[in-house]
Amino acid sequence: MWPFLNVQGKMRHFAFMLITLVTICIGLPVGAAAADISKQVSRFAEDSFSETRLAIEEITISGADHAADILDALGSSRVFVDPATKLVYYKSADGKTFLAATGTPATTPDKLDSVRINNRIRGDVLAAVGSLTLRASDPIRRISAAESIFKTRDEGSLEALEGAMKVEKDAKVATKFAEARAAILLARESSSRQDRIAAIETLAARRDPAAAAVLRGVHASADSEIKMMANTAILRIEERQQLIGYVQNVWYGLSLGSVLLLAAIGLAITFGVMGVINMAHGEMVMIGAYTTFVVQEVFRAYAPAYLGWSLPIALPMAFIVTGLVGIAIERGVIRFLYGRPLETLLATWGVSLILQQAVRTIFGPTNREVTAPGYMSGAFDLMGLSITWGRMWIIFFTLALFATLLIALKATPLGLQMRAVTQNRRMASSMGIRTPFVDAMTFGFGSGLAGLAGVALSQIDNVSPNLGQTYIIDSFMVVVFGGVGNLWGTLVSAFALGVANKFLEPVAGAVLAKIFILVLLILFIQKRPRGLFALKGRAVEA
Amino acid sequence: MITKAFFSRFDRLAFWFVIVMIAIAIFVPLSNLLLPTTSVFHVPTYLVALMGKYLCYAILAISLDLVWGYCGILSLGHGAFFALGGYAMGMYLMRQIGTRGVYSHPILPDFMVFLNWKELPWFWHGFDMFWFTAVMILLVPGLLAFTFGWFAFRSRVTGVYLSIITQAMTYALLLAFFRNDMGFGGNNGLTDFKEILGFNIQAQGTRAALFFLTALSLIIVFVISRWMVSTAYGKVLIAVRDAESRTRFLGYRVEHFKLLVFTVSAAMAGLAGALYVPQVGIINPSEFSPANSIEAVIWVAVGGRGTLVGAAIGAVAVNFLKSVFTTGALAPYWLFALGGLFVVVTLLLPRGILGAFNDLLAKIRNRKNESSGVSGKLQAAE
Repeated sequence: MWPFLNVQGKMRHFAFMLITLVTICIGLPVGAAAADISKQVSRFAEDSFSETRLAIEEITISGADHAADILDALGSSRVFVDPATKLVYYKSADGKTFLAATGTPATTPDKLDSVRINNRIRGDVLAAVGSLTLRASDPIRRISAAESIFKTRDEGSLEALEGAMKVEKDAKVATKFAEARAAILLARESSSRQDRIAAIETLAARRDPAAAAVLRGVHASADSEIKMMANTAILRIEERQQLIGYVQNVWYGLSLGSVLLLAAIGLAITFGVMGVINMAHGEMVMIGAYTTFVVQEVFRAYAPAYLGWSLPIALPMAFIVTGLVGIAIERGVIRFLYGRPLETLLATWGVSLILQQAVRTIFGPTNREVTAPGYMSGAFDLMGLSITWGRMWIIFFTLALFATLLIALKATPLGLQMRAVTQNRRMASSMGIRTPFVDAMTFGFGSGLAGLAGVALSQIDNVSPNLGQTYIIDSFMVVVFGGVGNLWGTLVSAFALGVANKFLEPVAGAVLAKIFILVLLILFIQKRPRGLFALKGRAVEA
Repeated sequence: MITKAFFSRFDRLAFWFVIVMIAIAIFVPLSNLLLPTTSVFHVPTYLVALMGKYLCYAILAISLDLVWGYCGILSLGHGAFFALGGYAMGMYLMRQIGTRGVYSHPILPDFMVFLNWKELPWFWHGFDMFWFTAVMILLVPGLLAFTFGWFAFRSRVTGVYLSIITQAMTYALLLAFFRNDMGFGGNNGLTDFKEILGFNIQAQGTRAALFFLTALSLIIVFVISRWMVSTAYGKVLIAVRDAESRTRFLGYRVEHFKLLVFTVSAAMAGLAGALYVPQVGIINPSEFSPANSIEAVIWVAVGGRGTLVGAAIGAVAVNFLKSVFTTGALAPYWLFALGGLFVVVTLLLPRGILGAFNDLLAKIRNRKNESSGVSGKLQAAE
């Protein structure tokens, strides 16, 4: 099999050079405008291999916009001839028919004969497509062509590549071409010493693992000094990669930390400030997520054009819905149980079961899909770090939420009353604060925050009735670790746990890392039962 | 004071509980084995297994009541101790399969052959012997509880914090047992058991015997618990529950009292799990789920915490309800019912069925005697 392919390869290189030379001589502008190439494609109708090969060359030279499409179609036997009219058609990968002469969409004729191809023609097509894409009018396609050459390091592409480099105007694409050329020069035997040194410098500037892989492939005939240079470059790349790895881990950790903080932020109020063991907290998050789903469906049904707005609208909606549910729970159940934390735990667990089952009855047990709007999807590259927009917005959102919470507690009248009531209920009552009202509002506020968290989590997690259950233990651990009643402690603990988890993951695996963190937390609580930043003095007794 | 009133009242109750349990322990297996299926008193085999399951839950509830009702430790880790005992028994039963497994490996259980393991992990050794397994059933949960309690009680982690970290422990174990690499069958757990002590595990006689053993264990566990709480040691436990700091200031080493009761209780939960597995035929990591532990707490709360008898009654009652709900058209409403039960019991019946029943009894007697003795005070204490 292999020797045969090699022969095929040589033939292909020859065809390639020919095409490139011809192209350069004629000096066709890169990516010429749509042209009628009916004369060239008519050769397909001859039903002979040699005519087909000639057609490939001529189509390549023509520089027509759809030339690559035709050749691509030919390679996978999607070029057809209508035996009646002798017109040539090709089909795109998804089955649409186009007229080969102009590249315009056409209706599929009743009877079509496929243009036959053999291995030789396939080779020609590959080479031709390669050189065509190197000169495609779209810079993205040129770059991807350069990347694929960079990977294969096929010596036969060198001529076409150098030809394309001469006419390349775009600096970014030119760099890619230069890197691809360097990769070929480094890997082949016949390169000169200067060529190799230049190639190593070009590749070292690329600074990514792919470059290191190419550098490792420096040809055995190179002298020791060059090999040394390559090794130094590899080492430098690897060091950088390690650094990026750390930064990436920190980033992932912050991202996980923000999720933990989101889940815990409402609990920081209800458990941290009020001291209520709210096992239904996770369900508030879940209801927030379902509110997002409902808002999105309403938008989809009545205003599909504004679907992107569903998320900003869902935020206040979720806050109101979960806040009201929270107030109902406080008035209906929790207020009878103040001062009896264990009973509160059980009662709120019961509430959580009821809420879960209610949601399951209304929305069904399966996952509901909340689509991410455009500004939440996709990723961008920051100095070798791949950062997804969704995660980034969630981190910002979490921090904003935290800031809101701080302001609400420290700078609003309600916040002042909340703190007064939790510190000394009877004194606050004597000062004229309506403590039952403040209790209800505080609990509603905490639940509302959980609902807001649900909106954010609906973007990265499955919206199912069990959504809350997955977060409840984590969020309690975050609050306890940070120190109950200490908001900054909650912030620090969420991010610390997130980062620690992500650093353990590559070593121990995801599940084991989580177990490890849990065990560490249990041990930590033994050492400091009141958390990382324990409140001191009288507040402890409250 | 409430407790004192309870004591005098429940001595007789405890006596009757034991009598009824002995009756059940003897009647159910015998009627299943000896009476013809047409008889009104015949207990069908499936019912024997089902009731056996309830009794296992009752043991678990009693063990939980011992720590929660008498010492104020709301453990959300008893489901884990239960599951650990179950896994120990499961490992014994797996080793008994021998060459009858799908891969007919003489030593390795099927899932290990499937995972391409070459030899038995060290912690599986010894589980081919029943006596070793029996020791492990009590030792493993007991040891875990001892270690956990040793740290937690010494550093005075109490109340809700303790509940949360016991829950974290359960959750960590859940995650751990889901892992295939742990060597406990991962997601699928241990199942396909063939025989126990040489008897076919599916046979009617084995099932009846298992039921008898479960009932017997329930009685033993109950009597031990009852004895523990009625001694001077038990009085200190109650003191710890009601006023931990004061007890400490009186010179008692509170952590030692707690540690002992926690360890004993965990071993009891392990025993319940070990009896549960052969009757149900499977043990998998979902037994570790934190929800199970909380559910066990509600059994105790429904029955009446701090009564032991109530815990057993609560476990049977709630699980009977669960069976009724989840087998019929009511299935989607079971969680509503269970959730409602949590809320109603904590809000309206803080002392459970038994407590409510007791109050009712006291009220009737009050009216009859026109005197406001003990029961009057009881009402006042409410």
